[in-house]
Amino acid sequence: MMLLPCPNCGARNVSEFRYVGEAKTRPDPTTVTPQEWRRHLYLHRNPAGWTRETWYHGSGCRRYFAIERNTVDNAVRTAGATS
Amino acid sequence: MTRRTAGTGDCRLGSRPGEVIDRSRTLEFRWNGAVHRAHPGDTIASALAAAGVRVFSRSYKYHRPRGLLTADILDPGCLLQVGDEPNVRGAHRLAEAGMDVRSQNTWPSLRYDVKAVNQVAGRFLATGFYYKTFIKPERLWPAYERVLRRFVHAGEVPPDGEQLYYDKRYAHPDVLVAGGGPAGMAAAVAAARAGATVMLVEQEHQLGGHLRWGDADELRVRAELVAAVEAEPGIEVLTDSVVAARYDDNWLAVVQRGLPHVAERLVKARAGTLVVAAGLIERPYVFAGNDLPGVMLSTAVRRLLNLYSVRPGQRAVVVTANPEGDAAATDLRAAGVDVVEVDARHGRTVVRAAGRGGVEAVELSDGSRLDADLLVTATGWTAPTSLLNMSGSNPVYRPDAARFVPDPAATPDTVIAVGGIAGDGTLEELVAHAEAAGREAAARALSLAAAHARIRPTSPGGADAAERAPEPVAPLGLRRHPELFFATPIGGFVDMSEDVSAKDILTAVQEGYDSSELVKRYTTATMGPAQGKLETVNTVALVAHATGSTIAETGATTWRPMYTPVTLGALAGRRFEPVRHSPMQPWHEAHRAAPLVAGQWIRPEHYGDPAAEVRNVRAGVGIIDVTPIGKLDLQGPDVPKLLNLLYVNKWSQLGVGRVRYGVMCADDGVVLDDGVTGRLGEHHYLMSTTSSGAGTVWEWAENWLQTEHPDWRVHITPVTTAFASINVAGPRSRELLARLTDVDLANEAFGYMNVRTGTIAGVADCVLWRIGFTGELSYELHVPASYGLHVWESLMAAGADLGVAPFGVEAQRILRLEKGHLIVGQDTDGLTKAYSAGLAWAVKLDKPDFVGKPELQWQSEHDDHPRLVGLQPLDPTVVPEEASQIISDGGHIVGRITSSRMSPTLGRSICLGQVDAHLADAGTRLTVRLRDGRDTLVEVMAEHAHFDPEGERQRV
Repeated sequence: MMLLPCPNCGARNVSEFRYVGEAKTRPDPTTVTPQEWRRHLYLHRNPAGWTRETWYHGSGCRRYFAIERNTVDNAVRTAGATS
Repeated sequence: MTRRTAGTGDCRLGSRPGEVIDRSRTLEFRWNGAVHRAHPGDTIASALAAAGVRVFSRSYKYHRPRGLLTADILDPGCLLQVGDEPNVRGAHRLAEAGMDVRSQNTWPSLRYDVKAVNQVAGRFLATGFYYKTFIKPERLWPAYERVLRRFVHAGEVPPDGEQLYYDKRYAHPDVLVAGGGPAGMAAAVAAARAGATVMLVEQEHQLGGHLRWGDADELRVRAELVAAVEAEPGIEVLTDSVVAARYDDNWLAVVQRGLPHVAERLVKARAGTLVVAAGLIERPYVFAGNDLPGVMLSTAVRRLLNLYSVRPGQRAVVVTANPEGDAAATDLRAAGVDVVEVDARHGRTVVRAAGRGGVEAVELSDGSRLDADLLVTATGWTAPTSLLNMSGSNPVYRPDAARFVPDPAATPDTVIAVGGIAGDGTLEELVAHAEAAGREAAARALSLAAAHARIRPTSPGGADAAERAPEPVAPLGLRRHPELFFATPIGGFVDMSEDVSAKDILTAVQEGYDSSELVKRYTTATMGPAQGKLETVNTVALVAHATGSTIAETGATTWRPMYTPVTLGALAGRRFEPVRHSPMQPWHEAHRAAPLVAGQWIRPEHYGDPAAEVRNVRAGVGIIDVTPIGKLDLQGPDVPKLLNLLYVNKWSQLGVGRVRYGVMCADDGVVLDDGVTGRLGEHHYLMSTTSSGAGTVWEWAENWLQTEHPDWRVHITPVTTAFASINVAGPRSRELLARLTDVDLANEAFGYMNVRTGTIAGVADCVLWRIGFTGELSYELHVPASYGLHVWESLMAAGADLGVAPFGVEAQRILRLEKGHLIVGQDTDGLTKAYSAGLAWAVKLDKPDFVGKPELQWQSEHDDHPRLVGLQPLDPTVVPEEASQIISDGGHIVGRITSSRMSPTLGRSICLGQVDAHLADAGTRLTVRLRDGRDTLVEVMAEHAHFDPEGERQRV
């Protein structure tokens, strides 16, 4: 069970957190087409390598934060607060 | 076999320097009904061996007699039933007074096993027979199962056996050392002296590893190392324990045994560095007759002689290819056994062992034949690299050393191998290497801990302090060893516990299963209790031979957690099922409420007659405990912005004291939650959610505030459990409540969909809502939780003359269904967008932005989505089960019943359901398929509400 570096609480078991999703920019809902919106909802970059993603420390400080994780070997590094 | 009455057996020798038995005491236990004696410190197998027992079990498939092979925890020949416990490792479990030990897989007895007829039927039980036999005819499968169960059973667990206590513990050592032999001990001491906290885990009952059965020098080194370990306060030693698995970031599962009053304890350890000191496991040799009782490894012989003072035979042939085998021959001679040594370093080896029920003669490769009752092999070593594999590195085969070795280049810095598993050398060299590794392990662990601490913004000092780079530990060398895996002509068993013969491996390759992974699964070789520690390398060697490749090219199978079999009990641990209940729960229990488990909450489902509860609410007044309802306190000038974002409807114009019903959708337009939100003050709102959504909606709202709008000034405080909540419902609810509160309840002062604060039954700071889930005049009261029971009892007392009665969740479900109010998650599902739930009136597409708008915009323009409709069965006595399918004439599923009850108010059944758009018009008749296969007709209603569709009763 890997460790996740919570910016407030330090390195904690991943079981304390909930994975929220790949960090993405929400398209402007007033101008977005249905196709672009669905691409935003359902398609993820999902690279084999470093990706930026949001986690929620549910069993701890209850803050949402972003980290960078390497999907190949599960190495993680801090990325500061969410965008 | 005559029973001994004095001492512990014919084969027990005199005292020896390293023995672990206490001769001053004896204890008695039963073996297959007969009484046997043991000394404290004996294992079950050593005590039986001392008494001359040679056959301990019958093998899995062929029921061949089996004796001791390794005389340790891995021994496949002595898995025994001890009392209620099956598959006990007889050569590891300590004998205890009064134990009832029985052999497994034997009928009627170990001696005369009728199922040994399997041997004759062997050609029908060849490799892969699972896939080829007992297939047709299928109707005989139950019969096959009954027969196979009798022949293949490996111990019994009685269904009414005692419930044991399995414990759990968390540990955070800087360094965890897996293995308590000389290298493990030396590494642990060095790490502790370097300032690390150390956990040292050893599978045997004592520290020492192979030193325990060694010569005088080895015993002395062992004593020194044990003393050094005990002198270090920073080392915690766990014996009779095993590191079962290694996961990311050195998350380790350690199964600890030998604890009083505890069956097993699962220690979940997060270690900075892991030192793997698992040693080397002696490998059996594959030759015809190699499973006969009396065929043993050199380490088995030395364990029996030097730990338990048991003589394993009278006339021994020792086939040796290494110094450990030579030492076994020496130890046997010193114990008075006749020994013939066969030096396998120069090509001479055994090809066959013969005898009935045990070794009687040994045939060598040069054609000679020797009489013997004990055949000892010392043909090689296997490195148990599982933990290193779990750390991400695959072992590499070294033909010069005839074994797989770890690959340090592929091992993470936080995992270090020491001792025999890492290489060879003199005892001094191995200890020195382990000490260097232990120091380095400590340094890396402490550096890692410091790096973790620096992540926290509150931690003092140097966020820019450089991390210590790991320093490499000079590796050990490798000793040459001849490659000896199987004799020719090829015969014998490669996996004793699964009864897989060497020929089975060749057959599998012939049939096309030509890789290690395929052979393993097709033949089940290496899939027994030893999990390949004794079997993998020989299997790989045979596959390589059969395919004409090298062992290195063939490669071993992948090791994954667990390292060793682990009981389900250890993994399941203690029962821990927390429940939540409201402060009124004691009253509910005292009044015989039927408990309903709703998530983590226990709530009253009814108090004996839900239909009567419904009638009482419609006619008079009832009260229900709705404490689990989610409540969020929202404060700040930007709360309306948050409400407008999360709800599909509009919130900017909500006045103080007013309440509005709201629906939340997710980004894909699917209905997420619903509830009412009221405005208590200029910048103060109170939001309610469904009970199951209480936590999710809070986290949902926090997500939007923290990630998308950190600039909004909104503070959310969850107050679900800060308030006890009571709904007072019915035409006489105003009358009842007026007796207890200072709030003006007149309709002009406190109309429908309003909220007030005030005192109830003397309790200040209560919140009163006028809303209506039940459709009657009703008030929902939120009382500071510690006064909940007082207010509940006050209501019951004050309303006695009004006929006040409690009602439960079931009655509430009926009441709301009569009014057609949907329940999110029951009448909607993971695909139901707002327009499919009849919520078009709530969706305000002219808002600039809210969660779900793009999809709802699209849904509003496309009219083909399913609809939620009210339904009534034509036969008013039929109550279709919820989730019954609605089917078309063509037999297609066009919808389902989502809610269904018998209505006491209307005296007929009522439903809500989802149906395809083209069938949703009022008056349409639809077919519902009931669970018992019958069909019944229902009619689509114009409204969701079956009763009081205008909603008059709640506005009085």
